Amino acid sequence: MGELSHAAGTETAVLEAGEGAGFGTTKLKDLLSWAQKYSLFMYPFVTACCGMEFMSVSGPRFDFSRFGAEAPRFSPRQSDLLWVVGTITQRQAPVLKRIYEQMLDPKFVLAFGTCASSGGFYDNYACVAGVDKIIPCDVYVPGCPPRPEGVLDGLMLLQDKIQRGDRTPGIVKPRRDPASNQDLGVVSLRRNKDAAT
Amino acid sequence: MSKALLDLVVAQFGSAVLGTHSQHGDDTVIIAPSAWFEIHQFLREDARTSIDMLTDLTAVDYIDREPRFEIVSHVYSLAKGHRLRLKTAVGDEEGETVEVDSLTALWASANWLERETFDMFGVRFVGHPDLRRILLYPEFEGYPLRKDYPADKIQPLVPFREVPNIEKVAPFGVDEGMSFGRQTHQRGYEEN
Repeated sequence: MGELSHAAGTETAVLEAGEGAGFGTTKLKDLLSWAQKYSLFMYPFVTACCGMEFMSVSGPRFDFSRFGAEAPRFSPRQSDLLWVVGTITQRQAPVLKRIYEQMLDPKFVLAFGTCASSGGFYDNYACVAGVDKIIPCDVYVPGCPPRPEGVLDGLMLLQDKIQRGDRTPGIVKPRRDPASNQDLGVVSLRRNKDAAT
Repeated sequence: MSKALLDLVVAQFGSAVLGTHSQHGDDTVIIAPSAWFEIHQFLREDARTSIDMLTDLTAVDYIDREPRFEIVSHVYSLAKGHRLRLKTAVGDEEGETVEVDSLTALWASANWLERETFDMFGVRFVGHPDLRRILLYPEFEGYPLRKDYPADKIQPLVPFREVPNIEKVAPFGVDEGMSFGRQTHQRGYEEN
């Protein structure tokens, strides 16, 4: 099947008109990105304990429906954000890859928890050390399990990336540095396209 | 409480019992592999013991010993409340001829317990109706909980993506990630 490549952004081929990209198409692209980022249909690929924290993020206290990302679609054909929640074992890897391949472009992947991001504390024959070994990943939310606020930071980071058309992977940093006990603030979202990551 | 049970087993199967020990209320009897099924059958059927539950069945790999593997079973009586641990040693240094009788004829729970022991250690249970891997996938070669299985060997079902630095894909840099542990994912990765 080969390596699947993402579309360079969220726009369709119609808008990548090259020289024809003027004010109208840019604004249309921004509009479509805005609509897309606030209406992410998720595929909750939940395998392990992070699913408990996923449930709490979806609950009323740390609501993610505020961000428009509430609608779960348990079909890859109908969703555009793949939440990989929990450990992916070697046995589960073909299943995950198949689900990802069945999703339609433009699609995004959010790795929820350290098991999905980098294998977590598992370093053995059974687990895959991070889903990015199998499928490309857009946002990594570390934590075991991550705080719901961290997940929401990851979601906001992804929405910002969608708005900017940025496909470079991002990782959610903690809000408080445990070493120096300093407040790092909410994960920085670039408002300016030219600012460094 | 289970000491009486232990004494009963020793009295009944004197020659097959290779040793016993009791610690902290746990009683263990070490038996010869040829008597594995017979002793479990006695425990199940005798009215004095009335063992009706096999709670666990697993194996231990003592790579320095001969025989190498020790099959351990835990049995419990719901009626009488006493429990016993039975051990037997099988297998040669290479891990061949690791065979012991299956207990599936006595307890249905032995079915999956023996499949797991086979999956992890390669212990063949003679008379098991369907001895195949239960936790791992059929393409997996080897028995991972054996002491001579390399700890960092993985057998992926899906080939990893063809991207540079797959061991540490962006945004995780070389200096990020676990500072403890084996860090086998950095094997062969060149520091820049």
